[in-house]
Amino acid sequence: MSARVLVGVKRVIDYAVKIRVKPDHTGVVTDGVKHSMNPFCEIAVEEAVRLKEKKLVKEIVAVSCGPQQVQETIRTALAMGADRGIHVEVSGKDYETLGPLQVSKIMAALAKKEEADLIILGKQAIDDDCNQTGQMTAALLDWPQGTFASELTLEGGKLKVVREVDGGLETIMINMPAVVTADLRLNTPRYATLPNIMKAKKKKIANVKPADLGVDVTSRLEVLNVDEPAQRLAGVKVETVEDLVGKLKESGRI
Amino acid sequence: MTNPLRGEVFRLYKNLLYLGREYPKGTTYFRERLKAAFMKNKDVTDPEKIQKLIDRGEFVIKELEALYFLRKYRAMKKRYYEPEH
Repeated sequence: MSARVLVGVKRVIDYAVKIRVKPDHTGVVTDGVKHSMNPFCEIAVEEAVRLKEKKLVKEIVAVSCGPQQVQETIRTALAMGADRGIHVEVSGKDYETLGPLQVSKIMAALAKKEEADLIILGKQAIDDDCNQTGQMTAALLDWPQGTFASELTLEGGKLKVVREVDGGLETIMINMPAVVTADLRLNTPRYATLPNIMKAKKKKIANVKPADLGVDVTSRLEVLNVDEPAQRLAGVKVETVEDLVGKLKESGRI
Repeated sequence: MTNPLRGEVFRLYKNLLYLGREYPKGTTYFRERLKAAFMKNKDVTDPEKIQKLIDRGEFVIKELEALYFLRKYRAMKKRYYEPEH
């Protein structure tokens, strides 16, 4: 199988960090905050590596869009087993407004350029929770999509995808080339240990600009305001049922 | 002391230190305890004993990887999935 897999990885604020909203309410504090690879992207990379280990796929290319720092994220993907990386340089204002539409245009352009047979992405990023990039990429390429994948198998040149949907699991069979988005239970990602990171330093990361791919990254969306969720008010404890009824009457509930 | 296992011990220490960056109780907490644990055995010379200690260190690496995975998995499950899942 000479298949080439494109895996998109996103650098996001680490899942364990306590998020703080900027005082001017334009966004979230990112300076000096710990960043790491989006957990669903880790699962995507792991799936690609497993396909390669089963010899169903020949080459894994890890892609990330953003400023210089995203190279760390690409290095993590390389440490997990990707063969080479592509860093699509987007910085400053463009990076702040970079969203699924722009990224999917970039992924589609790269898929054509690299002649990819399969694109695996995380189902959503934990910072914007869009859950759109995979779907948009498939639409732009006119490829079939297997989203929320919790199981992926290759059967006679086609992809069998078990999807996690409301109410259970759905199994579909799709042709290649295709786009798959990874859900939580697809696999258990390996940890990128120090020896693997060291070995991955030899692997190449190519630099590319969106303009080189013919993609315009201007956003059609404008963020007006970012706020914290409303604080949960403390509850009140009562002693007896009569008290409860009294309190409910007080607050006009009954 | 040019014990051939010296390199392995250093490698183990560096690997554990790298893993410690993600430790829930903080990097400093982890580093202090890591150093103390290694220093406690600094006078061991028997290669068999050293190998056993290295093996124990490798086991701790596996435990940490499992800890990190479970933490992340449980956090993601809690945030994105309905309770009955």
